[in-house]
Amino acid sequence: MRTTPFHPRLSELNDQGLYTHWQGTLSALRYSHAPKHEYFAVRNGVGVFDTSPLSKYAVRGPDADRLLAGALVRDVRACRDGAAAYTLWCDDRGGVMQDGVLLRRSADDFLLTAARPALGWFADLATGLDVELEDVTDAFAMLAVQGPRSRTVLRELTPVVDGLAWAQHAAARIAGAEVTLSRTGYTGDLGYELVVPAAAALDVLDAVLAAGRPHSIRPFGEEALMTLRIEAGLPLVDVEWHDSRLAPSDADRVTPSELGFGWMLAGVRDGSRRFVGSEAIRRELTEGTSRWATTGIVVDWADWDRLHRDAGLLPPKSEHPLPYESMLRSVDGEDEVGYCTSFVYSPVLQRHVGIARVRPDLAARGTELRLELTVSHRTTTVRVATTRMPFFDPERKKS
Amino acid sequence: MTSTPGAAPSAASGAAYDAIVVGGGHNGLTHAAYLAKAGLRTVVLEKNDLVGGAAITEELLPGFSFTTFSYALSLLRPEIIHELDLVRHGFLPLMMPSSFHPTGDGGHLLFGDDHAQNLQEIRRHSPRDADAYERYHHDLDRVCQAVRPLFDNPPPDLWGDAPQDAVDVRWLLEHLGGLDRSTVHDVVRLLTGSAADWIEDYFTHPAVAGYHASSSVIGSKVGPMSPGSGLVLLFHKLGEHDGHLGSWAFHKGGNGGFTQVLARAATAHGAELRLGADVTDLITRDGRAVGVALADGTELHAPVVVSALDPRRTFLELCDPRELPLDLVDNVRRMKFRGVSAKVNFALDDLPTFPGLPGTRDHFGGFLNIGPTIEYVERAFDASKYGWYSDEPYIDAAVQSVVDPDMAPPGKHVMSCFVQYAPYELRTSSWDAECERFGDRAQAVLESHFPGFGDLVLHREVVTPVDIESRTGLSEGNIFAGEFLAPQMYFFRPAPGWSQYATPLDGYYQCGSGTHPGGCVIGSPGRLAAQRVLRDRAGR
Repeated sequence: MRTTPFHPRLSELNDQGLYTHWQGTLSALRYSHAPKHEYFAVRNGVGVFDTSPLSKYAVRGPDADRLLAGALVRDVRACRDGAAAYTLWCDDRGGVMQDGVLLRRSADDFLLTAARPALGWFADLATGLDVELEDVTDAFAMLAVQGPRSRTVLRELTPVVDGLAWAQHAAARIAGAEVTLSRTGYTGDLGYELVVPAAAALDVLDAVLAAGRPHSIRPFGEEALMTLRIEAGLPLVDVEWHDSRLAPSDADRVTPSELGFGWMLAGVRDGSRRFVGSEAIRRELTEGTSRWATTGIVVDWADWDRLHRDAGLLPPKSEHPLPYESMLRSVDGEDEVGYCTSFVYSPVLQRHVGIARVRPDLAARGTELRLELTVSHRTTTVRVATTRMPFFDPERKKS
Repeated sequence: MTSTPGAAPSAASGAAYDAIVVGGGHNGLTHAAYLAKAGLRTVVLEKNDLVGGAAITEELLPGFSFTTFSYALSLLRPEIIHELDLVRHGFLPLMMPSSFHPTGDGGHLLFGDDHAQNLQEIRRHSPRDADAYERYHHDLDRVCQAVRPLFDNPPPDLWGDAPQDAVDVRWLLEHLGGLDRSTVHDVVRLLTGSAADWIEDYFTHPAVAGYHASSSVIGSKVGPMSPGSGLVLLFHKLGEHDGHLGSWAFHKGGNGGFTQVLARAATAHGAELRLGADVTDLITRDGRAVGVALADGTELHAPVVVSALDPRRTFLELCDPRELPLDLVDNVRRMKFRGVSAKVNFALDDLPTFPGLPGTRDHFGGFLNIGPTIEYVERAFDASKYGWYSDEPYIDAAVQSVVDPDMAPPGKHVMSCFVQYAPYELRTSSWDAECERFGDRAQAVLESHFPGFGDLVLHREVVTPVDIESRTGLSEGNIFAGEFLAPQMYFFRPAPGWSQYATPLDGYYQCGSGTHPGGCVIGSPGRLAAQRVLRDRAGR
């Protein structure tokens, strides 16, 4: 079984032995007997997460910019050097394939992360271009340092952190290693990610843990991460959507607009920007054929409590997200109007919240709907209302 | 009591209020927030310069925040969080999912979120007790579910003659009638029996039994072997943070952080908070409350006056007992307030070390229960029966800075220790003389479990029942504003016939922890009393 460069140290801090296989690599579900500690470390202190299994591609050369502009949904040319941009890429039907973060190091030097292998896709698109594509997944480890105290901890290690604005990255030297420090993350909180040469991974991790010790730093696993990312309203491939090229039918395909990323589509409607799938998306936008809108839903707490108490149950409020795909119905319960893709009890909000897909005419904030669930083996519905995401968006994230 | 015959309700001060709440503890604030939300012009009068009552956080040493008195959230009713929109005002309970119990012989029990792991933790000490652990929680959860509706509603007035009283009594009888007989029996066993008897039906291992008895003596002059400790145990299991019965949390910034959230919510709903406003007297006219008088001579008037103070102060000090029915006065006079709880709070240079768990900190992520066995705690109780403090006290501790790093400077820690038994009245000495010696006893116990503890102490604060009384106004330093004894609960809290938040004086109400359901940071008295005040106004 593959392990990450941080594994030798992080496994010492893990007394659970519970792992998933993320991209064929061991990834800890949790480190301690109480994953809530890990969750609250990120919301109220600082935690580290090993994101090394992400695929990482170096894209370099005179045509790098051209390749990425034609391949990615986000406008690469609007990204300045030093920017870190979350982006999607689509197939020619305009269906979302994957997402990743693009670090623009210079005019002709990029690093792109991806949750799934994607080198072949980009290599095909690079045919005839003067660009070098390299899979550097194994050459680098990635460590997310997240939480309100992340800046304080990293400040002990590098002065670069202080000047770094949200969604920016810079080169830094930590524990003698040249690393890339980006102000990014998957938790919706103040946080940073370090791209570290694999050989220096343990030295950098040790330095971060040592600097974090006075701040009660702790590693967090996927269980805590799921709650955090849902609170942040961040979608997850294979949960919120399926790779369009691999989807068995149109029902399993979504466009960027349907997935809630209409804001990435500047220049598509007027045809001034072209990329793979942009023509299909342009038609979707101009003809108004979007089937879905992505929205947050928040559960009516009193209705939730009543449904369970009436059944003699303690209302469950688990911060472990459910593997959810429950139907959303109109407020009268008659029509199926969408479905929920992720669902969790949010400790910071004290509410059940979900990421959902609804008919576009129902996406206005505050629309009342009903979510199907089962209570004591009976199907029922609970009142929910649509709401804006992120659900949790502290000022510190960008300040 | 001051009488102002003939004066118009709001003429004397110029400030006109619909309601005056006396006491800015968590129930007073909760109550005021509900009244203000309902549109009443409400003022809270707090004698100290900080709201919160016994739920405050103080920076006694630069960078070190102490939860001087109350130190955790468990029982706060979830409705209050939502109805008062507390999340918007900064409500953030940091869950304390682990619980650590040194067994006294160098060993330990450590529990967390994972039920299967907890079972193995029990089995490590006693294979026989592992499945008992499941049965114990099943039975206790069933009792909690049965009791909870009583907890969330005012007690029926058995002696009332209003049509609603008959409806309420019928509701109660139907609820009880709907329970199966083993649940009813378990309810009675817990309400009347000792925690030890209940627990020892399940567990044989002394430390496993000791762990489960830990919350059966909190704040009460009982030992785990005393009848009545079962009730205290049950009360502490009724919390349900995040859908888990008996779970505990620590509010961001301590319980003072929580009462600041309540204060913001109350203010946002329109309530006014006045600090340094020491209410000395209720003002009545023709047998009804019309306002209050402050120590500085100011008078404030309102048709509703609500006391968030304990029953002794509400009935015997704020108002003239001669205006009250004798049986009420007698009942309040005989109500037991015997405080036995102290706090010993520490600022620490580093985390203590438990030799059996070197290099880890997970055991500090929740409560540390220093009372290895039932016998240990019972022996600690013994001294209090004879007017003295425990030589080896029971301690419920939390290193809160592990859960909330903002409570102490980086690398440093604050540790809150709830220590029993420290009886309010010492038979042969005074707390002035014994305070630090008692602190030494508590510290010696910690030293025995965490060698080197004393070297870490940067600062120590000892808070005796006398300090609790003088600073918070809780009579005899009783943290629940009246002990949790069966004759002082439900229909009888604070006195038979007066358990529905009204008083014999029209317009005078009670909303403190001395009313149903009782103490702890729970908010229900404040909330249920607000429902009563609003219902009475609507019915005028």
